[in-house]
Amino acid sequence: MVVEVNRFKCGYCGACVGVCPVGALELMETWIEVDDSCTRCGVCAKICPVGALEVKIK
Amino acid sequence: MKDRYDVIVVGAGPGGSITAKTCAEGGLDVLMIEKRQEIGDPVRCAEGVGTYALKKHIAPDKRWIAAEVKGSRIIAPDGTQILMSSDSAMKDVGYTLERKVFDRVLAQNAAMAGAEVRVKTRATGLLKNNGQVSGIKAMYMGETKDIKADIVIGADGVESKVGRWAGIDTSLKPHDIETCAQFLISNIDPGEYSEFYIGEKYSAGGYVWIFPKGGYTANVGIGILGSKSGKIRALSLLHDFIETHIPHGKILEMVVGGVPVSGPIERTIADGLMLVGDAARQSDPLTGGGITNAMDAGQIAGEVCIKAKEKGDYSVKTLMEYEDRWRATIGKEISRSLKVKNLLIKLTDEQFNQLAHSLDGIDASTMELPKMLAVLSRKNPKLLWELRSLY
Repeated sequence: MVVEVNRFKCGYCGACVGVCPVGALELMETWIEVDDSCTRCGVCAKICPVGALEVKIK
Repeated sequence: MKDRYDVIVVGAGPGGSITAKTCAEGGLDVLMIEKRQEIGDPVRCAEGVGTYALKKHIAPDKRWIAAEVKGSRIIAPDGTQILMSSDSAMKDVGYTLERKVFDRVLAQNAAMAGAEVRVKTRATGLLKNNGQVSGIKAMYMGETKDIKADIVIGADGVESKVGRWAGIDTSLKPHDIETCAQFLISNIDPGEYSEFYIGEKYSAGGYVWIFPKGGYTANVGIGILGSKSGKIRALSLLHDFIETHIPHGKILEMVVGGVPVSGPIERTIADGLMLVGDAARQSDPLTGGGITNAMDAGQIAGEVCIKAKEKGDYSVKTLMEYEDRWRATIGKEISRSLKVKNLLIKLTDEQFNQLAHSLDGIDASTMELPKMLAVLSRKNPKLLWELRSLY
């Protein structure tokens, strides 16, 4: 996983899913799943209203 | 849950429920699925809605009206206030909804009309037959099942996947989304008007809102343009606003969310598929409001489904009517709002103040937004040159 979601911060709003250019994210009930198509572009982390996502350097 | 329906609606928000209800009333066999356990909860919305647009779809009901508002008050960065109302008689022009109740009532209305509703059921992909969408893969309690349908409606919100699966790129760029945070605040007397605080002082490319929620409560929230988010966050700006403007307020609830402000996307249909509401990016780019647009679109989509069934053709040829009709109605306002938004996000706080002052001596209290923008562009031709042909 290259985008790490801080579940203690995440408000599971799905905004990150909407901006992901490759569709790598998915909102389940109260958590975000990231699949391996993630390109680490960082758009999700940028727009998160609470700052719950972080792009990890491999 | 059966193996086959005429129509499958993915997502039980206002857009999905109106589509499902319209289809069911037209005699179609409808399944509406909602991935959450509870319809309408958690809320991701400021819950403000215009009564006129809403009443086209449902009779007002105390169960889901949290408060009635008489109009809007816009607050410029220097504190100048502009009072607006869309009804000269000053009757109630807006509601703050209780979405948790509202959404469930709409879903129930679809169910009462004959639609089957399933919660905690998610679409994980589309079935296709010769390139035409022919159903969904649905997961319930960890088990996946193929469900066939003549047409699938993607009403799956800002995080929509249904369109992408059908080859429609609905991904939003950072400048195409407002990233929002909101608290339900108690120990506050918000009065009878919805308030909008505009300018960079409050929000970069967005605004702060205070929507009366009944009793001594209000939805207090902020949206900032996604392209301005990063170092600053909607949530921390909201904390700052509460601390400085409503220090005595108590937080009863927290809401976060993203609102599409891209304006109309290129395509909202495919063979055997239509997108409705936030999934189709039909929220208003200027106000962020999306409820009644989604309901209007849902109504049209439902009517087109009924025609498609009669013709026995669910290809884009038949579905083009949906595309044409929503663009000719709500689409026009959405496009206009996009142009205004693109202009306003470039203004400085000083320019916002200047606009507010240009209304000195003008009674705006009987104006709705288009009228006010028309007056503003006449009074400020240089600043709002790009608006002159719009209003």
